[in-house]
Amino acid sequence: MADTVLNSPNIKKLSAKDFRSDQENRWCPGCGDHGILNSVQKALADMEIKKEDYAVISGIGCSSRFPYYMDTYGFHTIHGRAAAIASGVKCANPDLEVIQVSGDGDALAIGGNHFIHAVRRNIDMTILLFNNEIYGLTKGQYSPTSNQGMVTKTSPFGTIEEPFKPAQLALGAQSKFYARSIDTSIKLTTEVVKSASAHKGTSIVEILQNCVIYNDGTHALVTDKATKDDYQLILEQDKPMIFGIEKNKGLILGGNGKLIVVTIGEHGITEADVLVHDAHTENPHMHWLLSSMMAPEYPVALGVIRDVASPSYDEKMVQQIKDVQALSSIKNMDDLLNSGDTWVVE
Amino acid sequence: MSQKTKIIEREEVVIRFSGDSGDGMQLTGTQFSDTSALFGNDVATFPDYPAEIRAPQGTVGGVSGFQLHFGHQEINTPGDFADVLVAMNPAALQANLKWVKPSGTIIVNEDSFTDKNLEKAGYDSDPLMDDKLADYNLIKAKVTTLTRECLKDSELDQKSVLRSKNMFTLGMVYWMFDRPFEHTEEFIEKKFKKYPAVVDANKKVLRAGYNFAKTIEALAYNFSVAPAKIRKGTYRNITGNKATAWGLMAAAERANLELFCGSYPITPATEILQELAARKDLGVKTFQAEDEIAGICTAIGASFAGDFAVTTTSGPGLALKTEAAGLAVMTELPLVIVNVQRGGPSTGLPTKTEQSDLLQAIHGRSGECPMPVIAASTPSDCFHYAFEAGRIALEHMTPVILLTDGFIANGAEPWRIPKMSELPEIIAPIAKEGDDFLPYAREEKRLSRKWAIPGTKGLEHRIGGLEKMDGDGTVSYVPENHQVMSDIRKRRVALVAENIPEIKVKGNEEADVLVVGWGGTYGHLITAVRELQKEEKSISLAHFNYIFPLPKNTAEVFSRYKKIIVCEINDGQFAEYLRSSFQDIKFEQHNKLMGLPFTVVELKERFNQLLEEK
Ligand SMILES: Cc1ncc(C[n+]2csc(CCOP(=O)(O)OP(=O)(O)O)c2C)c(N)n1
Ligand code: SF4
Ligand SMILES: [Mg+2]
Repeated sequence: MADTVLNSPNIKKLSAKDFRSDQENRWCPGCGDHGILNSVQKALADMEIKKEDYAVISGIGCSSRFPYYMDTYGFHTIHGRAAAIASGVKCANPDLEVIQVSGDGDALAIGGNHFIHAVRRNIDMTILLFNNEIYGLTKGQYSPTSNQGMVTKTSPFGTIEEPFKPAQLALGAQSKFYARSIDTSIKLTTEVVKSASAHKGTSIVEILQNCVIYNDGTHALVTDKATKDDYQLILEQDKPMIFGIEKNKGLILGGNGKLIVVTIGEHGITEADVLVHDAHTENPHMHWLLSSMMAPEYPVALGVIRDVASPSYDEKMVQQIKDVQALSSIKNMDDLLNSGDTWVVE
Repeated sequence: MSQKTKIIEREEVVIRFSGDSGDGMQLTGTQFSDTSALFGNDVATFPDYPAEIRAPQGTVGGVSGFQLHFGHQEINTPGDFADVLVAMNPAALQANLKWVKPSGTIIVNEDSFTDKNLEKAGYDSDPLMDDKLADYNLIKAKVTTLTRECLKDSELDQKSVLRSKNMFTLGMVYWMFDRPFEHTEEFIEKKFKKYPAVVDANKKVLRAGYNFAKTIEALAYNFSVAPAKIRKGTYRNITGNKATAWGLMAAAERANLELFCGSYPITPATEILQELAARKDLGVKTFQAEDEIAGICTAIGASFAGDFAVTTTSGPGLALKTEAAGLAVMTELPLVIVNVQRGGPSTGLPTKTEQSDLLQAIHGRSGECPMPVIAASTPSDCFHYAFEAGRIALEHMTPVILLTDGFIANGAEPWRIPKMSELPEIIAPIAKEGDDFLPYAREEKRLSRKWAIPGTKGLEHRIGGLEKMDGDGTVSYVPENHQVMSDIRKRRVALVAENIPEIKVKGNEEADVLVVGWGGTYGHLITAVRELQKEEKSISLAHFNYIFPLPKNTAEVFSRYKKIIVCEINDGQFAEYLRSSFQDIKFEQHNKLMGLPFTVVELKERFNQLLEEK
C-alpha cells in the first residue's frame, strides 16, 4: 500500500479511463486478459493512490503485455524475473504502489524461484498471477499448472507431470495474502485487487484466466453461467461458506481432516454447522484446504482466502536504516573514509 | 628499542607468513603490514587463502598464507619471492618453499614438525633434519613450547594459550625488521577489550617472540627499511573489494542518489556486498537475492525506480546475469555490474585470480548488446574505477561492467584518502515534472534518454525488453527502426570515449617495445618495465583501465612503437580484442593460466627476449 494518498479534495477522482494507454491491444479477441485489464483499471481508479505512484511490472507472456495497456509507469521485463525486478522497484522507493503481472509460466516455471522468495520476504507488492494453465505467447505448450494428462503441443500424448497448485506453493513460502478471482467477474476481480493492494506485504491474486486459443474452457465449470453457482465458493470474512444455485450447499470439516460438501437441510445439517471463513487466522491450515479445492469434487474458493497482517520487508528495511543511522557517528563518505586506522604523512 | 648487532639497510623486503587456517596468519600479516605502513613504508599485500575452508588440519590444502612487500621505494606488487618465510607447520613449508628467494630466511615452528604432521604434508623425511634447506638461513623456534612456557602462569585455557602463538612469530619478525610494537598492542587491546587475560597473554607473547629473536640473534644482523618518500596526506590501508564498495558509495553521494546493491554471495566478490551491507548508516540498501539473476534484476528494478543501482559478482555469476544485462542495455538504465574475476571456466579456481572474463564482459550477451567495460588495476584504485563506473553509467544512462580480479580484490595497499569534494559531481539526466518527455527522445551530446522516475507526475511511461520506436518508445517491429536503434546503441557506447581520459604511456613516447596490459596486472608490469628502464632498455608500458570503448588515442599510441606485447592472465583475450580493433598492428602475447599473478622475474625475461629479437 502506498503511503501517498489522494486526500486533497480538489484533486479530481480518477476513473478507469484514466488508466487506459493509447497502445494498440494485441490480445486475441475473447481472451480473458481483456476482462482482467478492465477490472484492474477500475480497481486502481477506485483507490486513493496517485496515478504516478503506480508501477506495473511484468515478465514475458501474453499476460505480461499488461503494462503496455496501462497508463502508469510500467516495465515489461524478461521472462520469469518480474518478481525480482518488482522487488527492486519497491526497495528503491517504498512509496510506490507496485503491481506485478505474471502468467503461470512466468511466475511458477522460469520465475518460480523469484516468486517464492518474493513471497517469503513479504515485500509490499501485489502479484497478479494470470493462470490460464498454458503457455499462451509461445502458442500452446503445457505449463506447471496444466492438469496431468493434458494434451498440448509439447505433450502430444498427455502430460505426465503433477501440476502445482499456486496457492500451495505460496503458502509453503509463508504467504500472508492469497486471493483468487476469475477473468469473467469484473466486480470480484476489482474488489479482490483492491484488498490485495490494501494489504501490507506480498499479496497474491490468482486470476483464473481463459486462453481461448490454446486452452479454451479450462475453467469452464467455474465460469459458465450454467455451472458457476455450483462451483464458485465466494469467501467473505466471518460469513458461512455457502454456495450453490439454491444457496443450500456448505462446507464442513470431516473427521479425517478433509473438507466435506454438505447440503443444508439434509441429514440434519443446518447453517450453523457450516464453516465460517476467517482470512485473518494465522494458522494456514484452513486456507490450505480451501485453496486446494478443485472442481468437480469441490467448488473453487474465490475471494480473499488468506489475509494475515505481518510487517513487510521494505518497512523493516527502512526502519533498520533509520535505527543504524541514529547510532552511527558516520554521517557521510568523508566520515567513512577517515574512520578507523589512518595515518598522516607530512 | 634495543641495541643491535648490525643493521643492514634494505630498499625492500618480502615476507610471507604461512600456516594452518587456524594459525592466525592473516592477522599476523595484516599487523606487520599496518605497522610498516604507519612507519612510513610503502606496502603491498596479498592474502593467499586456502582453497578449501574445511581442509583437514595440517594438510597442504589447508595452508593459509599472507605475503607482504614493503619498501623505501614505491611498491607495486606483493613481491614475487620472499626474503623471509614464516612456516607454522610442515604443510606451510611444503606449500611455500618454492616462493622463497635463494638463501632467504625461513622461520619454522619446530614443535609442529612431528611425524604425523610431516606425513600429512607429504614429506618422506624431516626437512629440518636433512640438508634440503641447507641453502637457506633456517631458524628453528619451538614456538608452541615457548608460548606455553611464557604463559604458564596465565589463567587462560590451553586452547587460548596456543592461539596466541602467532604473536610469538610476529614478535620475532618485528625484531628482525626493527618495527615498533605500539600499533599491534593497541590493536590487541581493542580487539580483546572484553578479555583482559587475552590482551595480557598476546602482548606478553609478542614481546617474548621479540626477545627470543634478539637472544638467539635470529640473524647476524637485522634489517632496516627506511620510510618511503610518499605524497603528503592522510592514508589508510585498503583492500580492492573494500575500495570498490566505497567507490560505489562515493558515486552515489556525488550523484545525490541512494545506493542499491542486489547481489548473491560468490568468491572473491562477496566482501563488496558485505561491506555495503555494513553501511546502513550511509543509507545503503543491500538485497541478498536468491541468485545472481535476481541480484541484477532487483538492481534493474531499483534503477528504474531512481536509485543508483549496482550488482556484484564473479565470472559464473556474470554468466547468469547476461540476459538481464541485455534488458538494461535495451531499456538504457544506469547500472554498474562489478565482476571480480577468478579462475574459470565453471567453478574453476574460486580463490585464485585470472583475467579470463574480458570477452564475456565485452561480448557475452545475446543480440548486438554493447555496454562500456572498465577495469581497476590496483587494490586502491578500485575506488576510483568503481566511482568512474558509476559516473559513466549515470551520465550516459547505460549499464557498465567494472572488472577487478581476485588478486587486487583481496590485496591491500596504503591509500591516500581523497576528500569527497575533490571528486566530480555526477549529474544524471533526470526528467522533471512538466518536462517534455518521450521515453526514447535523446539529448545530443551523449545520445542518452532521460530518466523519468516513477512517482514523477505526468511522466508515466512504459519501457521493456521489446525493441522500441526511436523517440516515442512504443513497441516497434519496423525493420528500419531496429537498424536505427541498434546503431544508436553502438554509438552511445562509442561516445563514452569522449568522456574518459586518453591513455598515458609510462616511459618514453617511442621505444622498441611497448608493453600493453589491462586491469590487475599493473603492479607487476610497471615493476618489470621500470626495472628494465633503469637498465636503459627501450621499453614503455601502456596500461588500460578503459577497455570498451578504448581511449581515443590508442591507435596513435600503438603506432609509435616497434613491437607491442600484450600481457594478461588469460589466453590472450585483450590481444584478440585489440587485433580485431586494429587490424594492421601486430601484437605479441604473454599469457599465463595458473591462477597466479605474473612474477616480475618472468616478465623481465620475456621482455628481454623480445628486446633482443631482431
Ligand atoms: C528466457 C526465455 N525463455 C523462454 C522464452 C519464451 N517464452 C515467452 S513467454 C513463455 C511462456 C508464457 O506462458 P505464461 O507465463 O503462462 O504466460 P501466458 O502467455 O500464458 O500469459 C515462454 C516460454 C522467453 N521469452 N525467454
Ligand atoms: S494466446 Fe491465449 S492467452 Fe494469449 S492472447 Fe490469445 S487467448 Fe489470450
Ligand atoms: Mg499461461
